[in-house]
Amino acid sequence: MKILVVDDEVDVQPLFLQCFRKEIRNHVFDFDFAFSGEQALDYLKDKHSEVVLILSDINMPGMSGIELLSTIRKDYDNPPPLVMMITAYGDEETHANALQLGANDFLTKPLDFNLLKEKLNTVLHNG
Amino acid sequence: MSFLTYLSIFLLFNWLNRAVKMTPLSFKWKAVLGIGQGAAAVAYFVLKKPLSDEVHLLIGSIALGAIIKYFNEQEDFKSFRSYFESHYPLIAVGILIFLISIIAPGFYDEYDQYFLLPLVAAFIWVISRWAASKKQREELLLYKAKNEELDRLVAERTAEIQNQKEELEATIELLQNTQQQLIQSEKLASLGELTAGIAHEIQNPLNFVNNFAEVSSELLEEMNQELAKGDLEEARYIADDIRQNLEKISQHGKRADSIVKGMLQHSRTSNGQKEPVNINNLADEYMRLAYHGLRAKDKSFNSELVTNFDNSLPEVNIIQQDVGRVLLNLFTNAFYAVHQKQKEIGQTFRPKIEVSTRLQHNNIELTVKDNGIGIPEAIRDKIMQPFFTTKPTGEGTGLGLSLSYDIIVKGHNGNIAIESEEGNGSVFIITLPII
Repeated sequence: MKILVVDDEVDVQPLFLQCFRKEIRNHVFDFDFAFSGEQALDYLKDKHSEVVLILSDINMPGMSGIELLSTIRKDYDNPPPLVMMITAYGDEETHANALQLGANDFLTKPLDFNLLKEKLNTVLHNG
Repeated sequence: MSFLTYLSIFLLFNWLNRAVKMTPLSFKWKAVLGIGQGAAAVAYFVLKKPLSDEVHLLIGSIALGAIIKYFNEQEDFKSFRSYFESHYPLIAVGILIFLISIIAPGFYDEYDQYFLLPLVAAFIWVISRWAASKKQREELLLYKAKNEELDRLVAERTAEIQNQKEELEATIELLQNTQQQLIQSEKLASLGELTAGIAHEIQNPLNFVNNFAEVSSELLEEMNQELAKGDLEEARYIADDIRQNLEKISQHGKRADSIVKGMLQHSRTSNGQKEPVNINNLADEYMRLAYHGLRAKDKSFNSELVTNFDNSLPEVNIIQQDVGRVLLNLFTNAFYAVHQKQKEIGQTFRPKIEVSTRLQHNNIELTVKDNGIGIPEAIRDKIMQPFFTTKPTGEGTGLGLSLSYDIIVKGHNGNIAIESEEGNGSVFIITLPII
């Protein structure tokens, strides 16, 4: 299952790669990374059909996670990828806004990787 | 003939007596003058009978001369001197008439009646001098009174001016205190703006510290499992990952540390110590703080942040917290300008803040460029003035740019230049000498 992680902090890459070491080695999950909303859209242009799930930070310079979400929902609806939003603030307003725009789930920083693993496994098994 | 001379003596005492009446001199001279007056009258009538008119005249003249000499030497009657001196002709004529009557008695007897004429003339002269001197003294008194009035006025004014001076000095002191308080409150205001940005900036590295620490402990467990299985290669691989994670933890810990230090430095009163600083790092740090500060207030706000740093820049000797304050101010203004423009135009507008550094001769040039609302030409000259602000009351102290100007120009021998086009954005260029 291919997952795209979008975050302006480059260190999320080694973090994810280590947290999901076993899963990556066993080819359960496959991670790709984009460091801005713009990069994520570039990536999706070619590979949107491969990506099953997008994990996106909300607070990023330039294009925000919310804007990325609404673009994805507008441009890529066949099949629509699952989008999980990660936010540092975790406030109700952003939450409601993202839900309305079609976010599938929410995660708050700092990331609880056990919880994330559970959620990803649920996605994997429910197809 | 002697009558005129005695009359003169009598009048002299009489007039002086009247002149000193109601003055402080009266007490001292009243008796002398009164006695003199009476003595003159008595002497005239007592000596009239036994003496010839000529001898009588001589005695009168000599007495008058002595009296004049005496009064002329008195400091109290200084202002009467021209009157006293007017008696000289009378004395001289009296003595002369006596001498002629002795030396040439024949001639004298023949023209006896003519000798009265010069005596009368001299007497009239004395009286006219008295009148003149009286007038003069009255004028003098008037003048004196005016002078006193003037002195009083001057003293009054001086006291008034002295009071005003003291009031002004107190006001200046109050103003200086207020200025210090304003500078402090400007610092606090910008610190308030920083707080949200700082919270975000610290939260991010802390998240990494927590996440990398957790994953490392899991990795250690896995490594033990691999070692138990005897897969040394995999164990070594995991160990390498753990080492990298520890580096990341330390790196993000330091990042949080430097943010806290920067915040403390920002709020502290400047100690004025210049130290070598990497301008690129400072600019990057404050751009992020300003950005997150604004985002904390308006979460829908987003901006493209572009950095064009010349990484070969030498370190420059600056007072870090002061220049940091300038940078924070410039970035806050830039974000404010793009934010305002976005409010006007809407979401189609893409805010963009660009910070660049480069070496220019012996100067470091730092440019902060935004595509915001710009600065109207009419107020471009005023924006560096203290208390000038375009922000609504309560949102800006109007001191940010004015303090920035002082810090860069006066504190660092640098320069701040502004280029702006209304509606299209602004560019602030800071120049700092390397030496």
